[in-house]
Amino acid sequence: MMEVTSISEGIIIDHVPAGTALKVLNYLRIDPTTASIALIMNTTSNRYGSKDIIKIQNAPDVDLDVLGLIAPNATVDIVKDSRIVAKKRPRLPQKVTNVLSCVNPRCVTSTEHGIDQIFRLTNPETGEYRCLYCDEAAEL
Amino acid sequence: MAERIPPDSQFDNLNGRSVVTLDDVSTSQISYLLRKARFISNHLPEVSQAAAGKILATLFYEPSTRTRLSFETAMLRLGGHVIGFSSAQNASVSKGESISDTVKTVSNYADVVAIRHPKEGAALVAAHAASIPVINAGDGGHMHPTQTLADLATLQSRFGRITDLTVGLCGDLTFGRTVHSLIETLCRFGNVRFILISPKELRTPQYVLDRITASESCSYEEVSDLTSVIGDLDALYMTRVQKERFFNEDDYLRLRDTYILDMEKLALAKPTMAVLHPLPRVTEISTDVDNDPRAAYFEQVRNGMLMRMALMSSVVGITLPGFAEDRPQEVQA
Repeated sequence: MMEVTSISEGIIIDHVPAGTALKVLNYLRIDPTTASIALIMNTTSNRYGSKDIIKIQNAPDVDLDVLGLIAPNATVDIVKDSRIVAKKRPRLPQKVTNVLSCVNPRCVTSTEHGIDQIFRLTNPETGEYRCLYCDEAAEL
Repeated sequence: MAERIPPDSQFDNLNGRSVVTLDDVSTSQISYLLRKARFISNHLPEVSQAAAGKILATLFYEPSTRTRLSFETAMLRLGGHVIGFSSAQNASVSKGESISDTVKTVSNYADVVAIRHPKEGAALVAAHAASIPVINAGDGGHMHPTQTLADLATLQSRFGRITDLTVGLCGDLTFGRTVHSLIETLCRFGNVRFILISPKELRTPQYVLDRITASESCSYEEVSDLTSVIGDLDALYMTRVQKERFFNEDDYLRLRDTYILDMEKLALAKPTMAVLHPLPRVTEISTDVDNDPRAAYFEQVRNGMLMRMALMSSVVGITLPGFAEDRPQEVQA
């Protein structure tokens, strides 16, 4: 039986797709070498079969927009004084800036320096994002 | 005497606007531009000084003689002036300057920019950086909105309408940006039946087919044989089947002639059918077709210039003497 100490202040990101917790941290720009975090990976999920869970002590403001992009089914519990005081569900953001990079070598973002990498939501049903500049589909 | 544009006119709101894709232009604005281009065609002497004192900057980072000359002629025929460069070698980009910096600089010199660049999305970068209107004159294989305006103007001029048509598109339907843009724009107007004629290697991408399906009044049919459908078409939009698109040369040689329009195939078409081509043409339309009244591709070149005149006069906010800005009238040929 694995035991992970509860956090007193911070957030718990549950229902993260199994095996993607490190990738999620990377997108959230949380450095696992310095942040106080607990990762539970490939654990049992009644809903999805398996899942990852991320607990972050004293979490800075987590960009839920980014979470919506890479783990839209995740849930976020806000913990204060060792109690869950709020639950949030990420939503698919209409636009994400400087989170993804365009893979199209013909895209202007590959050569023009100083511009933001912007992707816009083009299909809310499939969660498809496309580069604002060249319309190339995002590779998550 | 020029009519004054009413301040709340729905038609003057292209003033100051950039056009990176035709999504930036509403269908009523496209109809307005078609009407304006027709007016210009019939009143070239009257509009010849309408843009006096205005300057177009043509920033062409790659050679494109036809498009650059069309933009430049359009501004000159409105009485304006032209500055610019025709290849990246002549520009500060050769010293490493960004598109944004070049455009910010040029914004201090000119009233409107036409930009052509090999990178997809370059025109949007320019539009974001500029303080003057930017018109996309082609950004790689991505968008070329004024070509589509030329295509629409040609359909308008031949048929008096851009709806209720059967439009065949033939050749490379996978990589042809002009084809995709034309289909998507015609779908915004509706009531078009598309016949998509291509080898299976060069079929229309699914996202374009989805666009047709999403339009309630449009439909499509995919075929591989031009001769079997040419008799049904009101317009035939030809594109080049390029050898490098095929995985092996045998397939290319087998299919190449199938998609060449010659007098023998044209004999099967309606006498009123219009043949369009974005040019340059290589071998896909036999030169003897040029003398047939159904050949509309050089007319398309003229229409491209007229639509660029209409568009540039709109985005720089000049009125054309005698043109009724706010009359939402039909655009008859």
